[in-house]
Amino acid sequence: MDIGPYLLLASLEGAVTAAVLALTAVGLSLVFGVMRVVNVAHGEFFMLGAVLAWWVTSLVAGHAALGFVLALLVVPVMVGALAALADMTILKRIAYDPERTIVATIGILYIIQQVTLMTYGPDARPVEPPFNTRLALPWIEFVDGKPHIYWPWGLSTTTYKLGVIAAAVLVLIGVWLVMAKSRIGLIMRATQLDRDMALAFGIPVERVYALVFGLGAALAALAAVLIVPIQQAHYLMGGDPLLLSFIVVIIGGLGSLPGTVVAAILIGLSDGIISVFFSPTLAKILATLLVALVLVFRPQGLFGVRRA
Amino acid sequence: MLEVSGINAAYGRAQVLRDLSLSVAAGEILCLLGRNGAGKTTTMKAIMGLLPLLSGRVSLDGQSISDLPPHRVPGAGIGYIPQGRRLFAELTVAQNLEIGLMVRNSGREVLEGVLALFPRLRERYRQRAETLSGGEQQMLATARALCLEPRVLLLDEPTEGLQPSMIELIRQVIVVMRDRGVAILLVEQRVDAVLSVADRVAFMENGRNLETLPAARLRDDPEILHRHLGV
Repeated sequence: MDIGPYLLLASLEGAVTAAVLALTAVGLSLVFGVMRVVNVAHGEFFMLGAVLAWWVTSLVAGHAALGFVLALLVVPVMVGALAALADMTILKRIAYDPERTIVATIGILYIIQQVTLMTYGPDARPVEPPFNTRLALPWIEFVDGKPHIYWPWGLSTTTYKLGVIAAAVLVLIGVWLVMAKSRIGLIMRATQLDRDMALAFGIPVERVYALVFGLGAALAALAAVLIVPIQQAHYLMGGDPLLLSFIVVIIGGLGSLPGTVVAAILIGLSDGIISVFFSPTLAKILATLLVALVLVFRPQGLFGVRRA
Repeated sequence: MLEVSGINAAYGRAQVLRDLSLSVAAGEILCLLGRNGAGKTTTMKAIMGLLPLLSGRVSLDGQSISDLPPHRVPGAGIGYIPQGRRLFAELTVAQNLEIGLMVRNSGREVLEGVLALFPRLRERYRQRAETLSGGEQQMLATARALCLEPRVLLLDEPTEGLQPSMIELIRQVIVVMRDRGVAILLVEQRVDAVLSVADRVAFMENGRNLETLPAARLRDDPEILHRHLGV
């Protein structure tokens, strides 16, 4: 077998990573963009999403899809509500001061992580996917100059993985529609552009902040619910999504949603491909190197606007 | 209409306003004059609730607005046209105006009335605010504030950096609003522009009141200006 089928396989794995990463990073980017808050606890909201998804599905008897759909609907709301509460009780009290919010969100990170360890425990637990049919994929080979379709051994994906990609695309389109077309999106963008003027025009900035922080965490939780049938829920699983989300948000341009999505696809795909052909560690090293290069040569990110 | 009584305010530990009092009646233009750093812009921010008061009170028709959370202040009917325009730069003209309309759930007819005052904005309706010329941006900042059907208008150096024809347009709009019974508090550097529209002039220095005089007195006696502003 030549390299083509491997590349396709790696790209598909990378696309799943990219889809989940895009959701998580858009949540982080939204929070940074609107609130100027660097949320170090973002990965823990992701982890919490996965762990709660396991909990919800374990409560529901019957077909796996039943519990999963319930988790998909309920878990992001639960995590979002928790984050909004954290915003109102902690971040608001320290007046969103940049340095103190970083320290405060580090605190939130450890609280969530350790409470999860104390209650859920140190085990990695699986969630059954709602549907999971193996799909063999064809490849074209040229035999004596004629195209010839065959089914290479091992070249396959699952319907669930394709479902994750489709779901992420739909959610991202939804987020874009809300931001670009809806009244609440207009309010969030106005708050992002000029907080004081938003206040001077009657926008309840504190409530917008709570909403945005909740929404950002809910997106991370949603991404985790989608990935947990592939990856298993574990109390330390928040580290990688946090690191990768920051990488994506910096490369894409802080606060730029289109930039975040493009960078998520770039990093997700390259992570998948490099992990398959070389090693996952090399993928992380290269991604971090890319961040360093972006910071040196284009500090505002690929799609970011340089602020005065 | 608008009553500022004995307010004190500070940025951190630097006190900027000291026992400042002002009052603006409906259908009156009060102009605030003072040297740079006298606290004119801070006075406006304090009225809007953007800077917390240490003491004192701001009220509108006898109702205290300084007790309201900042985002409720504009809902009482105060339109703010800040220094440097402070538009929502990446939003379109239409979206900037919509934010003004949302403050008090103003209807379509309010928007039409505002666009009738600034026909140019209708031509630029779908354009991003940052692509407008300086004069058009000032029109938009003014129009955005008018969209909330204000009873009080705060204008902070509305003619800064504008060409004469634009200054004249802004001046006319200010006069139209006064004639409709809006109370107007105006901060302006150009004394000649002030004297042509103001009803009364309040001088301030180091965050304190100096005297408040009818504008007619200043037209007759330029010496007063010299004394307070050193110009």
